[in-house]
Amino acid sequence: MPIDPRDPLDVDRLLSDEQRQIRDLVREWVDANVLPGIEGWFERGEFPKEIAKELGALGLLGMHLSGYGCLGADAVSYGLACLELEAGDSGFRSFVSVQGSLSMFPIWKHGSEEQKKEWLPRMAAGEAIGCFGLTEPDFGSDPANMRTSARRDGSDWIVSGTKMWITNGGIADLAIVWAQTGEGIRGFLVPTDSPGFAANDIHRKLSLRASVTSELVLDDVRLPQEAVLPGVTGMKGTLSCLTEARFGIVWGALGAARACFECALEYSKTRVQWGKPIGAFQLTQRKLAAMSVELEKGLLLALHLGRLKDEGRLQPQQVSYGKLNNVREALKIAREARSILGASGITLEYPVIRHMNNLESVLTYEGTNEIHTLIVGEALTGLRAYE
Amino acid sequence: MQVVVLVKSIPDPSGEAKLGPDFLVIREGDGVLDPGDEYAVEAALTLAEASGGEVAVVSMGPANAASAIRRALAMGAHRATHISDEALRGADALATAKVLAAAVRRSPFDLVLAGVESTDGYTGTLPMTVAEMLGVPSATFARKVEVTAGVARVERQTEAGYDVVECALPALVTVTASAAEPRFPTLKGIMSARSKPLEQLALADLGLSPAEVAPTQRVVAVEATAEKGPGEVIQAGDDDAARIADLLAEAKVI
Repeated sequence: MPIDPRDPLDVDRLLSDEQRQIRDLVREWVDANVLPGIEGWFERGEFPKEIAKELGALGLLGMHLSGYGCLGADAVSYGLACLELEAGDSGFRSFVSVQGSLSMFPIWKHGSEEQKKEWLPRMAAGEAIGCFGLTEPDFGSDPANMRTSARRDGSDWIVSGTKMWITNGGIADLAIVWAQTGEGIRGFLVPTDSPGFAANDIHRKLSLRASVTSELVLDDVRLPQEAVLPGVTGMKGTLSCLTEARFGIVWGALGAARACFECALEYSKTRVQWGKPIGAFQLTQRKLAAMSVELEKGLLLALHLGRLKDEGRLQPQQVSYGKLNNVREALKIAREARSILGASGITLEYPVIRHMNNLESVLTYEGTNEIHTLIVGEALTGLRAYE
Repeated sequence: MQVVVLVKSIPDPSGEAKLGPDFLVIREGDGVLDPGDEYAVEAALTLAEASGGEVAVVSMGPANAASAIRRALAMGAHRATHISDEALRGADALATAKVLAAAVRRSPFDLVLAGVESTDGYTGTLPMTVAEMLGVPSATFARKVEVTAGVARVERQTEAGYDVVECALPALVTVTASAAEPRFPTLKGIMSARSKPLEQLALADLGLSPAEVAPTQRVVAVEATAEKGPGEVIQAGDDDAARIADLLAEAKVI
């Protein structure tokens, strides 16, 4: 019996009916709402902000959280949704990751009841957009040494500093800003209309062009005591969010890779040289076979991590295995696909170079490939090599 | 208000339909909810939301019709009945109408909605047959359905525009693709579908015997439609306008 090139190892049978339906519905939504516009958005460097409410109506925003208007889906379903979104474009998966895992999750996990009630239902509906301010111009892999600081002034807080490479920054209604305080690093809920807050979008990007990336400037922003996330102090708060977001990337990167693989497979069967399709040549078949093997391995890894997460057993170091492997392999798959398409592979007529360029960002954001390597190294040896 | 929608699972229209040696459509793999029926589901949900009522979907089909039923539930329908029986394989429109009418009759209803015709069979006779069997009036080709004080008011599409038709409930109405666009299901709809009642019935549960639903029609031959020839490209030149005028006259457009 022939195998299905889209699911050669029959991974589908490892999913529940409901997980498959969720996956199929997100795929259908992406086909109808992302693919027709994405070339233009990418080329013009735009994210269609109005689509946030549609993502909310579909139920994708904070879908793995429960209560407060959130869907309460399992981790595997969330992962599958990330995969399908990123098969559209990494910019859309990034939007959903930042909204659900980096902005809603810290409120859901570490926030007060008032903060949850005020923000989560609106954010789940896409009526309020969030961003996550951790990285700074001079502190990327080393965020614990951030310069942004918050000092007390009576019962208020005064926050100052600059955050950099912030996805959704320029379109956000709320920024989760991490700052040094006398008692360690704390998270602050900063409405973006607060006096002293400014977001400056970063232009001239050649990657994640259908996504807003900004610098956040906080110039003595005054916040009430209620703006601080009460439930957490120190880097473990930020790490809890990053682990959530990295989990989505473990799946998402495979979506970009799948889109590239499917495009290259189709192209290899129709592009004829020396009187036969290039897919009939051994070198092309070696590329396609390697791409498919890595895709399937990555998917099994993602599914395993998803099941661990659903059992409440997933460790951050295990997520590093997934992020390290799946993004690296997705980028390789995208580059191989590009080579199969030849010159056609460099145009926006095909999705391949768009995904390839996007994956260059995915490779380094949410922990670079190098940092995840060293997290795994530390997990194995007990010796920390990155500071 | 209790609204019932008759829905059908059809082979994915984006794929290629295959016929078996008996000329019946091969229904393997997951079916999809007939796109025409989605308009009826949408109209039912809108009416039920306005009146605080419920929507029940009723479908006859093999086991793989379940995905079409789940789609209707994910759109927001409240309950579903799925009739499946080996004796129904190859059921014609009349037998199908008997089964659906028997299923609808099991619970009180105010309104039955259906698509105008199925996208795979195109018989177009089923809804009116069901109405006749239920003993209720039918209004067809609705582009809009409203219900006020027990009366359905239907804008019935015609070649010239539309007629306004009224009938007392209970009634059956078929809805066209000019009605409101069907809503896209939500993830919440998918997740809440698992707690919605889904009734699985066989023929005997409806008090029908295999003899009563034996097909009285069968397909004796199927022929491919003639392939269209290539179009004619008229190059710009001295007689281009005349040639175009000739073609338009030939097509009786001018």
